[in-house]
Amino acid sequence: MTTTQEPLHRQLGLTDDEHEKVVDLLGRQPEPAELAMYSVMWSEHCSYKSSKHHLGRFPTQAPWVVVGPGENAGVVDIGDGWLAALRIESHNHPSFVEPHQGAATGVGGILRDVFTMGARPIALWDQIRFGPLSEPRNRYLFKGVVSGIAGYGNAVGVPTVGGEIAFDECYSGNPLVNVMCLGLLRREQLVLGTAGEPGSVAVLLGKATGRDGIGGASVLASASFDQASAGLRPSVQVGDPFEEKKLIEACLELYDKDLVLGVQDLGAAGLTCATSEPAGRAGVGMDVDLDAVPARESGMSASELLMSESQERMMAFVSPHLVPEVLATAAKWEVDAAIVGEVKPGNTLTIRHHEKVVAEVPAASLADDAPVYRRPAARPEWLDDLQAIPFDGTGLEPSDTLLALLSDPSIGSTVWAHTQYDHMLFLNTVIGPGSDGSLLRLKGTSKALAVSTDGNGRLCLLDPRIGAARLVYEAAMNVAVTGARPLAVVDNLNLGNPEKPEVMWQLQETIEGISEACEALGVPVVGGNVSLYNETEGVDIHPTPVVGMLGLADPMPADPPRLGRAEAGMEIWEIGPNATDNLSGSAVQRLFGVLGGRPTPPDPETAVESIQLVADLAHRVAVLHDVSDGGLAVALAEICIASGHGAVVDAPNPFSEDPHRALAVFPTGTVAMDAGSARRIGTVGSDRIVINGSGIPLDEATDRWENAVERALTA
Amino acid sequence: MKTAVIVFPGVNCELDVLHAVTALGGEAALVWHRETDLSDFEGVILPGGFAHGDALRTGAIARFSPVMASVAHMAGRGAPVLGICNGWQMLCEAGLIPGAHIANRDLSFICRFEEVEVVDTGSVLTRAANVGQRLRIPLNSYQGAWVDPSGAGRVVMRYVEDPNGSQERAAAVANAAGNVVGVMPHPERATDRLLGSSDGEVLLAGFLESLVTA
Repeated sequence: MTTTQEPLHRQLGLTDDEHEKVVDLLGRQPEPAELAMYSVMWSEHCSYKSSKHHLGRFPTQAPWVVVGPGENAGVVDIGDGWLAALRIESHNHPSFVEPHQGAATGVGGILRDVFTMGARPIALWDQIRFGPLSEPRNRYLFKGVVSGIAGYGNAVGVPTVGGEIAFDECYSGNPLVNVMCLGLLRREQLVLGTAGEPGSVAVLLGKATGRDGIGGASVLASASFDQASAGLRPSVQVGDPFEEKKLIEACLELYDKDLVLGVQDLGAAGLTCATSEPAGRAGVGMDVDLDAVPARESGMSASELLMSESQERMMAFVSPHLVPEVLATAAKWEVDAAIVGEVKPGNTLTIRHHEKVVAEVPAASLADDAPVYRRPAARPEWLDDLQAIPFDGTGLEPSDTLLALLSDPSIGSTVWAHTQYDHMLFLNTVIGPGSDGSLLRLKGTSKALAVSTDGNGRLCLLDPRIGAARLVYEAAMNVAVTGARPLAVVDNLNLGNPEKPEVMWQLQETIEGISEACEALGVPVVGGNVSLYNETEGVDIHPTPVVGMLGLADPMPADPPRLGRAEAGMEIWEIGPNATDNLSGSAVQRLFGVLGGRPTPPDPETAVESIQLVADLAHRVAVLHDVSDGGLAVALAEICIASGHGAVVDAPNPFSEDPHRALAVFPTGTVAMDAGSARRIGTVGSDRIVINGSGIPLDEATDRWENAVERALTA
Repeated sequence: MKTAVIVFPGVNCELDVLHAVTALGGEAALVWHRETDLSDFEGVILPGGFAHGDALRTGAIARFSPVMASVAHMAGRGAPVLGICNGWQMLCEAGLIPGAHIANRDLSFICRFEEVEVVDTGSVLTRAANVGQRLRIPLNSYQGAWVDPSGAGRVVMRYVEDPNGSQERAAAVANAAGNVVGVMPHPERATDRLLGSSDGEVLLAGFLESLVTA
């Protein structure tokens, strides 16, 4: 924070222009509590003021979309009366300041976004990125984040069934922690974040409000980092998964009994958001009494109560005659409940504290009148030089290269982390962590839901449009290998400082790339999150969009392909276009400390064909595996390691990561392949992995891959 | 023949247990921990999870729930009582099974399939299995290591390879009569080959059979 000599609005993170806008809106100087409210709601984190203008580009329509972007979570129809709710969120800066609690509360927050919609959260995915594990600080952050995810996710009782772990120098000062959640609900259980009619009552459920997390949205999530940032630890919230578990069960029972008109979770901007947004959506006003808000400590100011991001709280809007039953349901689950407000006609949000009015503002203005910036954007001057860096992999010794790739903790097994996560609860996990896409059966139906989350900052630095589009296609391929068709996307755009024109250009290009690929696939974007200011000491992270793809397998393959199902004598086929020798942004480049060139652009037509073919093959073959990081060589090695069988293949450019490709394995004569879209490259068998005549022992490959993360942690 | 699946605040495996028991043809119902009347039931399962957020010690608060007096009463008259994971921790805290639980040897949560071997079929959990039978069942715990200085616990299943430092590699322990059993791996998670194993069926099926004979 800045010095105390600064005017209050600047201390709260508002610019002078934004302060003037508040004065204009109110027609007077704002009171301190009012300034606090505008500062959190108009923060980058809550208002998307730098990105909003560009987010309209996303395709968001499809017949199966029930709720698109703008609510707490996106909702799509998956048939049989079931809806799926999904959302992704970042907790990057809190995790850098305090990794365990930062990651834990990231999990807690995304769960609330999903059960706010009426859904039971059924699974989580974590996308986490750090600097190299050779740095002690990065080890501390990595271990802390994994323990935070495990500690919260396991105890709250929602399985963590997949995700991605990656390491790159650019995340050393700014790790990325993105969490995606999927929930299920019956169509009639859908709840929206509305305050209902005048007369309805605002009931605050859950934990008492404390001083933790004050200014989290405005100070932590919406500003850049420097060496003083460790002093921001009080801005990180503290999570309590037991409270959240009780809150989930209490809310689901409220929905089951049809006791609420609307619900809003208290996340970023806390009570300010949970009163102004539902009132704004319903076009009503509200009276709120801060003296009725249960507080964890005495002497909290109105501003603190309004800004606190204390976790595990929900606001329910209830018809007056149902209030006793709501309170009784909360009491049964041992969840605290307090009547804190009443919905009023008009549009004014009035906040009282110690029997005095401390804020009186147009409710909708906090969300709707937030500034929208069209910040200047410009292609980075350094990009041409970067794209001109040559790297053709000449002299790559294939065996050594493959062994080195398998030892890379970004490629090696995630088992060190994912065996710390409960990934089996609810008995849905057909395919869990460590695979391309997770597959969750829908009990009582013949269907299954598939999810993949994918990110690749290196590709996106070299060409954000190409990189972002390829992520969408990769995620679609990853759900296709389970037999699912892509249904909906949520995205988390992690970028640097938007006040720099080149970062704004990266944002625009990223959005364009995601949009083009989603249009080609016919898949809507149903929600997302933008995390900006991911820079430390003036250095931005690579633009790192993360794409979460939901797919529907209808029906689910009777025996879904798995990496471990390869058997000696089976044929190995490569599906999709031939790989070129382009290694731009690849894992092999990282091995050699190079990042340059222009990655192979995606081809929408080929992408759609390949993904369709793979989704069909999922009903007929033993193994399907997406070709991505480390190319065909790593994809093949992973099949060999999982199945315990070696293989002999011949394939040009085995380390190329060119898009739209997958490997298929099946017994001879069981599948008729079209030579136009696929080619046989070899056979399963032996105790070695042999590519183009150069081989490594299977047991050595297995040892390198299985222990990659653990060895990097203890080296 | 009906099994009560007790729900404490913070447990999370109750729906999975209900699903698995029902899929095996058994009858079960969820019972809130504040209930005291279990007269409709012939047996009890305490499912896994994090009752009361594991505050103080795992199972330490749950054992004071109103329902636990009825559970102890049923156990005392020989009815089948099974505690899975956190449920076993509660049974130890309640004194219905000897011993207690401490953190895993490596101080790390473990969620993965483990191989266990049946070593004693004289319990309501293992009665339908054979001595020496090996089963693949998922472990999912942090306070998973059982210790019993008294030596009174009757180990009915052991891990083939020690995952967590449990005394005698114990994966499941019964009282002397065999009608009260605690098990650390989750048999309800191994009831469908599609999810990786159906080896837990022989255990839960045996438990359901014991309701008839109890």
